[in-house]
Order: sequence, then C-alpha cells, then structure tokens
Amino acid sequence: MSAFLRIVWIVVKKDITVEVRSLELLSTTIFFAITVVLMFSFGLVVEGRAVPDVAPAILWIAIAFSGTLALGRTFERERQNDTLRALLLAPADRPAIYVGKLTGILLLLALVELVLVPLVGLLFNAPIFAHPGRLALALMAGSVGFCAVGTLFAAMLVRARSRDVLLPIMLYPMTVPVMIAGVRGTAALLQPEPELAIAQFWLALLATFDVVFLTLALWTFDPVMTD
Amino acid sequence: MRRLRAMPGRLKAASTGAMLVLLLFTSPSANAQPQPPKDFVAVDETAPGEQIPAIPLVATAYGFIWVVLLGYVWTLGRRLRKVEGELAELESRRKPPFANATGGK
Amino acid sequence: MTRSTLYLLALAAGMFAAAPWIINAAPNEATMGLVYKIYFFHMPSAWMFLISALVAGVASARFLFFKKATADGWAVAAAELTVLFGSFTLVTGPLWARRAWGVWWQWDARLTSSLVLFLMFIAYLLLRRFGGPGSDKLGAGMAIFSMFNVIFVWVSVNYWRTIHPPTSVVPTLPVEMGIPLWYCVTAFTLLYIVLLRLRARLEHQRARVDELYLAEES
Repeated sequence: MSAFLRIVWIVVKKDITVEVRSLELLSTTIFFAITVVLMFSFGLVVEGRAVPDVAPAILWIAIAFSGTLALGRTFERERQNDTLRALLLAPADRPAIYVGKLTGILLLLALVELVLVPLVGLLFNAPIFAHPGRLALALMAGSVGFCAVGTLFAAMLVRARSRDVLLPIMLYPMTVPVMIAGVRGTAALLQPEPELAIAQFWLALLATFDVVFLTLALWTFDPVMTD
Repeated sequence: MRRLRAMPGRLKAASTGAMLVLLLFTSPSANAQPQPPKDFVAVDETAPGEQIPAIPLVATAYGFIWVVLLGYVWTLGRRLRKVEGELAELESRRKPPFANATGGK
Repeated sequence: MTRSTLYLLALAAGMFAAAPWIINAAPNEATMGLVYKIYFFHMPSAWMFLISALVAGVASARFLFFKKATADGWAVAAAELTVLFGSFTLVTGPLWARRAWGVWWQWDARLTSSLVLFLMFIAYLLLRRFGGPGSDKLGAGMAIFSMFNVIFVWVSVNYWRTIHPPTSVVPTLPVEMGIPLWYCVTAFTLLYIVLLRLRARLEHQRARVDELYLAEES
C-alpha cells in the first residue's frame, strides 16, 4: 500500500509543482467559474430578485463546466509534452497514476469551490454558513463522483481527435446522477429551514455513486490506456 | 477467466468489495416507490373537450417507426453491399494471378 | 448473410407486415380510446432499447477485459440499435403521453433514465465516429459505465419525482389486448436479433477489410 501511496504523492506533487509556477489553470478556471455564475444569474434574476432555489443549481452547473475545462486542460498539458506516455511506461501501478491525477484535479476544484460557494451565497442570499460541515461534505462527495468519471474519460481521450468536445459529450450524461444528488442535497441544506434528513439521504446516495464510479474507473483505467 | 488481468491490487479489491456491499444494501430501497407529488393530477379525468384527436398521434407514432426502421434497414443493406464489394475485390487481389484462370470471384 | 438470418428476416418482415391488422383487431381501451394502441409498439421498443444497452455493455466488457476482438463489432452494433430503438421509444412515448397525461414530457424516473441512456449511447456513437484511433477501447469503457449508470439515474430520479405508470400493468391486460402485445414483442425481438447480426457482420467485415489493406501495405 505504501508504494501505491508514494506513487500517488509523486504524481500529485508533480502536478502541484507545475501548476504553482504559473498558476495558469487555477486562475483561469476560477475566473471562468465566476463568469458562468454571472451568466446564469442574468438569465434567472427577475425584477432584481433571483428565482427561488436557483442557487444550488447554478453552483453545481458552474462546478461541472469549470471541472470539465480543468480536466481537459490538465491532460492537454500532459499531451503536449507526451508526459502521459512516460507516466504509463513508468514501473508504477496504473491505478496509482489514476488516483494521483484524480487527487490533483480534486485539489484544483476544491480551490475553485472555495471561491464559488461564498460568491453564490452572496449573490443569492443563501445560508451557506448554516451547516458548513455538511455543505462541504456534499460538495466533496459530488466533486469526487464527477472527477472520478472525468479523470478516466479525459485520460482516455488524450490521444483522440475532437477530444475537447467529446469530453463534455461523454461526461455530462454519465454524471447525471451525481448532479441530481448534488443539487438536491445542496438545495436541502440551503433552504431557509434546512431539511437535514433529506440532505443526509442525498449525501449517502452520493457516497454510493462515488464508490461505484471509483471502482469502475479503477478497473477500466488499465485496459483502456493500454495500446 | 484465465485471460483476466492477474490478481487485482488491494485498492481495487477493497473498492469492489465496498461497491458490492453498498449495492446490496441500496437495492431494496431502489424499488421503493415514494409518494408521487400531490401537485400532479392524473389526466384521465379531464373533460372530453380538452382532448386532442387521437388519430394524428397514433398515425405519427406508427409512421415514425415504420419510416425510420425501413430507412435503417435500407442504409444497413447499402453499407453491407459496399463493404462486401470491397472485401471481394481485396480478396481477389490477394490471390496469385494464375488463380483467375479457374474463374476467381 | 447466413441462411438462419435470412429466415429470421423473412419471418420478422412478415410479422411486421401483418401487425397492422392484428393491432386493429384489438379493442379500444375504456378511458384512453384509440391512442393506447401506440403502446403495442412503444413497449416492445422500450424493451429492445434496454436489452440492447445491456448487450452493448456486456460485449464491451468482453472486448475490454477478456480481449475478444469480435466482441467490439457486437458492441457497436448493439449501441447503434440502442439508439434506434431508443428513438422509437422516446418518440412514441410523448405522443401517447400527450393524450394520456396531458403533457408531452414528465421528469420522472423512467423517462429521465431513458433519455440519459439514449444520450449516453449517442455520445458513444459520436466517439466511435470522430474519436480517431483507439476509440474502440474508449467506447468500450464508456459503454460499461453507461450500463451501470442506468440504475443510478433511475434511483436518483425515482426519489426526485415519479409519475410513469407502474411496470405491473402488463399482467392485468385482458386477453384481446394481450395477444397483439405479445405478438408485437415477438416481432420486435426477431427484428432485433436480425438487425444485430447484420450490423455486427458489417463491423466484422469492415475490420477484415482494414486487415487486408494493412496486409497489402506491408
């Protein structure tokens, strides 16, 4: 197990090192997420007030869109220097490489969500500090589910043609259950009177999706990436 | 089964186990039908005047299936003929020249 | 085309040709009148849609994990048929629903899952068409995920809304309606088997053509 974790740590450290130099991915993804929130707000604000219950939907759509972009561009980086092939040729357990890339993307997305959630709370008067722990859990569970599938697909598409449009085409239908559970769970938490039991249910469902998607991804990563 | 990848790693095994356990636990609840929302009313009780005529609907439904089905079968036939023609040509090219004397494909 | 496929094709075509008379002979339903007859084609289409998705998933798993090359041809064939029968289901359903429920569409578990499954297999076909080399493996991975995913979409939407009539309406049908229904189910099943074999044959022939071209070049 320690060899596995060491590979994961090496891959994550590599990604962080590369990113920290320019902060290109982080800054552009955060800004993109902000613009998505704004675009939806313009569509959904009527007479100066937001349509009720729209905050969780906008939040999760922004996460999905910016997550897809981040995934595409992370692997584009790998493709340009052909480093993915080098990674796969290394004597490392393939699932460890997958988990390493997944962790890197999750860290990026966590930072993006750290900016998005207060923004959405501000713009829509959502009570994000009512149950911050549960809200964070819901966001994390949903992000893991989304990125588990996304990392696999993005890695798979690295050498494919039309990959930038194929990734969302493949990813969005596949992550529908995660999105439904994420939005419903977050909505239950952001109500004026939060419905904790319902939120708990959706959170449990999200956890189930995460386990299944991670398992499927771990099984398919190796055969799919093998030439 | 022999051709499956050799022993999966421990993480794979652990997560597969967790997945199967979870699926076992959630499967009964998957079949539970929650109460339908009260705001939707089944429409069998609407007045006859609100009904739209049935024949265009039925005709469109069956018509769509027939047209698309026949179109699909037609394109499938066309694609098959094209590929089999190509295959025959390639196969005959592979044969050594003197085989044609006996009436190749 | 093999002889058995030819026989099945003739039989399926004959059954479909005879179907309008058999369906016409069935009585009208009490509350819905004529429009419920869409059901005779809607339900078998839905069954073939779901079965085809399963076939595609299983074939993809055999291709990806057990390295059976021919399984990929079956997977592509099944995926294309999933989209075909899915389109039948998703067009006839709303046409019936408009009359039966008063709305074209409802976001309940079954409809939403069907729509998402349909979209996933369209994505599969787009991937196979435009993804370039290596998209056979990618597609296989995607098809496996799609197969599992249908369950989850169902479960999540089930707890969100539910309005589609319960599955168990079939056993309660009177005989005069039961006969045309099972007739159509048989016709659709035969049709599906024939189309699957033909389409898979197309894929296998294409693979053989590619092989021969490669052999020529070397």
